[in-house]
Amino acid sequence: MRSNVGTAARVIAVFLLGCLAFGYPLLALFNAPARVLGVPVLYLYVFGAWAALILLIAWAVSRARE
Amino acid sequence: MPAPALIALVSIAYLGLLFAIAFYADKRADAGRSVIASPYVYALSLGVYATSWTFYGSVGRAAANGVGFLPIYLGPTLAAALFWLVLRKIVRISRENRITSIADFIASRYGKSATLAGIVTVIAVVGIVPYIALQLKAVSGSFRLLASAPEVSRPVVAAAVPLLADTAFYAALALAVFAILFGARHLDAAERHEGMVAAIAFESTVKLVAFLAIGLFVTFGLYGGLGDLFARVAADPQLARLLAPFDGPAGSYASWTWLLVLSAFAILCLPRQFQVAVVENVDESHIAKASWLFPLYMLAINLFVLPIAFGGLLHFPGGGVDADTFVLALPIAEGRPLLALMVFLGGLSAATGMVIVETVALSTMVCNDLVMPVALRIGFLRLHEQRDLSRLLLGIRRAAIVGILLLGYAYFRFAGEAYALVAIGLISFAAVAQFAPAMLGGLYWRQATRAGAIAGLAAGFAVWAYTLLAPSFARSGWLPAGFVEAGPWGIALLKPLALFGLAGLDEITHSMIWSMLANCGALVIVSLLVAPDASEQAQAMRFVEVFRRPAGGVGSWRGEASLDDLRGLLGRFLGLERAAALLGEFAARKRVPIERLRADAELVQVAETQLAGAIGSASARAAVASLAKEEGLGIAEVMSILDETSQLLAYSRELERKRQELEAATTELRAANERLRELDRMKDDFVSTVSHELRTPLTSIRAFAEILHDSPELAAARRREFVGIILRETERLTRLINQILDLAKIESGRAQWAAEPVDLRAVIRDAADSTAALYREREVELETAVPDRVPIVVADRDRLQQVLLNLLANAVKFCAPGSGRVRVALSDARGAVRVDVADNGIGIAREEQGAIFEKFRQVGDTLTDRPQGTGLGLPISRLIVRQFGGDLWVASEPGRGATFSFTIPVAQGEGGRG
Repeated sequence: MRSNVGTAARVIAVFLLGCLAFGYPLLALFNAPARVLGVPVLYLYVFGAWAALILLIAWAVSRARE
Repeated sequence: MPAPALIALVSIAYLGLLFAIAFYADKRADAGRSVIASPYVYALSLGVYATSWTFYGSVGRAAANGVGFLPIYLGPTLAAALFWLVLRKIVRISRENRITSIADFIASRYGKSATLAGIVTVIAVVGIVPYIALQLKAVSGSFRLLASAPEVSRPVVAAAVPLLADTAFYAALALAVFAILFGARHLDAAERHEGMVAAIAFESTVKLVAFLAIGLFVTFGLYGGLGDLFARVAADPQLARLLAPFDGPAGSYASWTWLLVLSAFAILCLPRQFQVAVVENVDESHIAKASWLFPLYMLAINLFVLPIAFGGLLHFPGGGVDADTFVLALPIAEGRPLLALMVFLGGLSAATGMVIVETVALSTMVCNDLVMPVALRIGFLRLHEQRDLSRLLLGIRRAAIVGILLLGYAYFRFAGEAYALVAIGLISFAAVAQFAPAMLGGLYWRQATRAGAIAGLAAGFAVWAYTLLAPSFARSGWLPAGFVEAGPWGIALLKPLALFGLAGLDEITHSMIWSMLANCGALVIVSLLVAPDASEQAQAMRFVEVFRRPAGGVGSWRGEASLDDLRGLLGRFLGLERAAALLGEFAARKRVPIERLRADAELVQVAETQLAGAIGSASARAAVASLAKEEGLGIAEVMSILDETSQLLAYSRELERKRQELEAATTELRAANERLRELDRMKDDFVSTVSHELRTPLTSIRAFAEILHDSPELAAARRREFVGIILRETERLTRLINQILDLAKIESGRAQWAAEPVDLRAVIRDAADSTAALYREREVELETAVPDRVPIVVADRDRLQQVLLNLLANAVKFCAPGSGRVRVALSDARGAVRVDVADNGIGIAREEQGAIFEKFRQVGDTLTDRPQGTGLGLPISRLIVRQFGGDLWVASEPGRGATFSFTIPVAQGEGGRG
């Protein structure tokens, strides 16, 4: 059960991080018409953060009891 | 371009393929080799979340406000992060409580409330109908667009076509048939549909591949990659604003945030998501992997939404083509019929997947939670008398599927055209989001009660209907436009889209804020005000603490059992008298006659406590839990389980007894072992003592022999003296060895004992005669006192002689020459003959009186006196006497002589002899 407690803490942390990443103040930083490598920064940021969040979820549940 | 008939044929063939997959999966499931028992299939089946709304509508929304479509997928991603906690809990609860729908789940949480189940079902049906309309709209729209190719302008409004010429109507009917085929072909006790899930997973793959194909085509076929596309957008002042769409914190950020919340709720509360994620879940462990695979799926399917949207906007400037149809219009306009057909099939997959699962889930709810409870209450149907209700149930479900699809079609035909796809979908989302407070709150907050849940759902639904549904009706002309513009009766504060003056928000955000406020507020306040009843509390425990209890074990009681069952249970383990007394006592306390006593939660609690005393708390709890299960074990099974328990109890008592016996045996063994060790040590002591005793005379013999050998000039007298010493020492050695052998023989039990009648008077006489010379030599007087009549004993005469000689020889050693006196007395001592040998010698100190009977212990100062005996005489004598059942002891005071006495029991039946 110990590893479960760890998993619970990890997924909650990832969830809160996701809320932060897709929340107002952080999102506003990228609300600009600038482009990096031809791609708008907002588009790049949202999809980048999304992919990172998915990786973090995968990490968080990786040691969950099967 | 393909003809309408061909498109229809391809569509039907595609649905046929789906059915073949479902059929195959069902067959495999029946054979026990499930094709859906994999986290990947599970994650793909969750992809039913992406409907034609995603497929066509996301592009439409992206074309209007850039990344604004994304919260609908980011919300579920955030929710998926918590799948492992929340969804796993829901799945566990649903499995343990045999829950088959979200209505069932919420109702079950609040004490199996039929009212609540009905409310949830009504909200779900009302809320989902627009969503189904959306799918019909997408199917028929894409069909018409493809059929009218290469024309891609805005399609004709559906209401203008007659019913029988409307593709959406036929789409609705075809989908109804397939939904029935997939979900209501036969009844499944667990409401699981493996075939359907397999088909849905396949459809998820098809729509993903189709969407990625069109995305790649637009991005890299029509344009020179992302950079080129975005550069063109940035160059267009009209479109450039979409790259940074947030225009201020009050507007778009609030909208973004509320969409996140809304869609996070929807992923758990949509009936179809509940169906695939919870009811169709094969294995809880799939949830861990699905919690990142499912977001990954959504990421992939949304990757090209913006490029397609921008491509469409650039390709069809001026708004001549509906942005919702860009996905299909682009390949048509570019003259790619096969790609267009593939996109159409992808969209069809998205729509059919949603409609099939949603209608199956809704029909289950309508049948189980709306129709059946009412039907069973209506007496004249006599349903409770029918044995087989399965045909009726199937009929209700099939009718419900058709009905729901027709409702969807009606909504589409009369209201749907006024809205974009996303707007319709969000209205549905906002409706099912009303389940979230009751469901999630009930999952973690034990105090949430049925009254609170009903109040919350009703309040939230009412606000939703007022702020979202009513305006949509007004827009369709079913309500006067002034209702929205000026508020009912002209009251501006009640304007549905700016309730209490809250303006400046989009209608979804506005509705969510007010409905969630009403919903959560009512849930919390009413829950705190109205106390829950026992069954609610029991269910709350069951739900909230599902992971803290072993599966199936609950602490409290729900449902009803007959008093007889309970009495039987108690009587079986407490005895009938005690059970009766217990029930009587309880009835008296409750002030009801015992025959009217109900087996309610309190009584069962009392019974459980009593049972716990008899069979242990775990067994008692198991008994009560099994009784509490309405569809669980019968009373007979409980009895057999409990009989096993009491047997186990008996076994454990037996075990405890055995354990104690074993412990006692162990203690004895330990003591025996201790004695053995002591004996072993004594043996070692004996051997070393014997060696020492043997060495003393040997040393002496050797010393004198050496003197004789080395001194030939020694005087003859001296020589004779030395030889005499050698002789005496040799005799002593021989005697010692003989005695050691004797002792060893006696101790080992190998000695030969004669058993003959012995007259002790003769033995004493002989012994006195034998020692007379010795006594004369030492000038010690020997006196014998022998009575005339003495009983005959049975013993070994020679051995007794040996004992007596030994005692006499000892006595003379310690007497002073001249004044020494030894007296031997024989007497009759109650069943035994006693012999005393008393001397007037130096005596033996009290502390040494025990030691003289030990081997090689000689009294006296061994440093100054030469040892005169072997130290074995007394131990041997005592052994001999004891061999014949007697004893040998000494009584002495130092300076006053010592008396050695022994007794020999008289032989049974032997008379005295004179």
